[in-house]
Amino acid sequence: MNEIWAGIQSAFRLIIALDADLVEITLRTLQVSLSALVIASAIALPFGTWLAIRRFRYRRAAIATLNALMGLPPVVVGLIVYLLLSRSGPFGVLGLLFTPTAMIIAQVIIITPLIASITHQAMRELWAEYHDLLISLNTSQGQRVFTLIWDGRRTLMTAALAGFGRAIGEVGAIMIVGGNIDHATRVLTTAIALETGKGDFALALGLGFVLIALALVVNLAIHALSRTEREGTW
Amino acid sequence: MIRFLAAFVMLMGSHLQAETLKLAVTTSFNNSGLSDVLLPAIKADTGLDVQLLIVGTGQAIRLGEAGDVDAILVHSKKAEEAFVAAGFGTHRREIMYNDFVLIGPSSDPAGIAAAATAVEALQRIAGAQAVFVSRGDDSGTHKKELSLWSAAALDPQQFGPWYKAVGSGMGASLNTASSLDAYIMADRASWLNFGNKRDLGLLFGGDPVLFNQYAYLPVNPARHLHINQVGASRLEEWLTSGRAKQLINGYQINGEALFVFNAVP
Amino acid sequence: MTPPMTASLKDVVVRRRGKTVLGPVNLDLAADGFTVVLGPNGAGKTTFLKVLHGVERVSGGSVTWSLSDAEARQAQAYVFQSPIMLRRSVRQNLAYPLLLLGYEKAQIAQQVAEWAQSIGLSDALDFPAPRLSGGEKQKLALARALIRKPRVLFLDEPCANLDGRSMRDIETLLAAARQAGTRIIMTTHDLGQARRLAGDVLFLIKGMVHEQGPAATFFAQPSTAEAASFLKGDIVE
Repeated sequence: MNEIWAGIQSAFRLIIALDADLVEITLRTLQVSLSALVIASAIALPFGTWLAIRRFRYRRAAIATLNALMGLPPVVVGLIVYLLLSRSGPFGVLGLLFTPTAMIIAQVIIITPLIASITHQAMRELWAEYHDLLISLNTSQGQRVFTLIWDGRRTLMTAALAGFGRAIGEVGAIMIVGGNIDHATRVLTTAIALETGKGDFALALGLGFVLIALALVVNLAIHALSRTEREGTW
Repeated sequence: MIRFLAAFVMLMGSHLQAETLKLAVTTSFNNSGLSDVLLPAIKADTGLDVQLLIVGTGQAIRLGEAGDVDAILVHSKKAEEAFVAAGFGTHRREIMYNDFVLIGPSSDPAGIAAAATAVEALQRIAGAQAVFVSRGDDSGTHKKELSLWSAAALDPQQFGPWYKAVGSGMGASLNTASSLDAYIMADRASWLNFGNKRDLGLLFGGDPVLFNQYAYLPVNPARHLHINQVGASRLEEWLTSGRAKQLINGYQINGEALFVFNAVP
Repeated sequence: MTPPMTASLKDVVVRRRGKTVLGPVNLDLAADGFTVVLGPNGAGKTTFLKVLHGVERVSGGSVTWSLSDAEARQAQAYVFQSPIMLRRSVRQNLAYPLLLLGYEKAQIAQQVAEWAQSIGLSDALDFPAPRLSGGEKQKLALARALIRKPRVLFLDEPCANLDGRSMRDIETLLAAARQAGTRIIMTTHDLGQARRLAGDVLFLIKGMVHEQGPAATFFAQPSTAEAASFLKGDIVE
């Protein structure tokens, strides 16, 4: 109990003092996770929607695979990305290992199936509702995907936020591919792991509270942005 | 929203990089806090931005083999010599040493504080079957521990459940020992810097067999063209300089010196 | 002058889970008129409409319009039995078909304003369409269909469960569309409505066209016993 209290205090100290290291780590955390979110959403939203409206032979298998990929263990993803990006690996020439880019790649792999799967489920319902109308209006495949994404954007935002939550809280994969290098690839979760290792629970917990606050702020900010639209809730 | 994010990402991605050098070091080195003193000095004297990858010796050596770092700073002589012999590193340069100590519950149920040698201390722990936490992660500290068991004519494979190989870094292992009230072997620096000691105390140390030699090994540029060879030799020059000697020998926690500089200039 | 838009159905059959729900139907549809499709529940009226519109696939036979398939679909509009509202405002629902057709902004705004007025929703342009009342939704669906200026309009029970006021509004809109030369094909349960609107009648039982002809003849002198008892209000199987 004392340690939790000390953690809260140290979180306040860090935030009030605008600790330079904390600001740097926090910005990097946002940079990595938001980049991963944007890239993963750009892939997963259209793909999940397409999967909901398109009938093809291996559709069931594709959906089952997608749902299975949702449970990918981050540590394994990290290890595989590490081996691929290592100087001795197939993409070693790119020199990406231990850079924020490598961390973004790992996070994209981890959260894309999650976002795509939630998207698919939400879009399947909406498609059942819109099916007859959109067919009747002679819409192209692209127009259908766009209409569904636009009209389902609130649900999709939830999908994206779920992905963001998973990305920003992830430590196993980015520790491996990022290396937790101070001033280069250290983010909040890896810093927490490091401070825990040093037995400095107060600082670790303080960083943990900063992480939680950050996740909340991003969620609230996105919700607030979406609420500025005129239509209100349906 | 998307435009905002894109701008943000670009802004963050565009900051320039100084000359960097990737150095794999052991957790014990980093946990000692010495790196926080050395890195700024290195940056000031040589302009090198040293990026530390804090891993166990086993992984540090793998990183060097794969060419993912420019040099390694570790403490496991046998593995280091094999590394150089296989051509992964150009040479091995001894920099400094610290020492390992035996930590345990202050009540000392196995009575190791009275032991004459480290080997005897371990024999007493095994005899009492007192709970012992082992790193179990193939690190330099772990290898050292195993060599001591073998010197004591004991085989950890045969130990009962009192011997716990946790497979973690120094800090995490110390956390485990602290919550189990267990014995553990740690480097002195990590121990002094450790913030969660609870009932644990330093029970045994000083046996020369516990000395822990750190060595610097640049990765062989003949194997990996992208290696920052110039930077690696500049760092080596600095690590063996008088300035490094002064900083390393002068580094203290609670009035105790942790490292002894022993590089041959 | 664009060619007349006629359709010809040859041996059209629709089967679902092994059961025949429509056909075989052999039929020629004239280019003009107001056709009301009548028949008891389960006679295949909705299926018949969807097959004509091309949103329901046939299991056998063919539906051939005098235009190419793409042109024919573009020239048609369909109002579904339970109106499908996009989860958007009234304005955006009306604008949607025009956006698909690539109209310019100013043109869209003008058309939307006109049609909103004709269905009495001018004050509700920014109201979410899915929260309108049943009658308002049906009117909006009809306006959204007519805004594309279709040559053929399909309506599936447009007035089921509507109050008298909404029904009158819808019939007024349909009359205006007829005036403008729109070909209308509609199913209904309401014999009164059929009498008011129909130019000719298609009478379906068990997926087959049982009787067809001018409305006046059908209502005055049905030629089959089934049609006669249907008009009397008896149960027809």
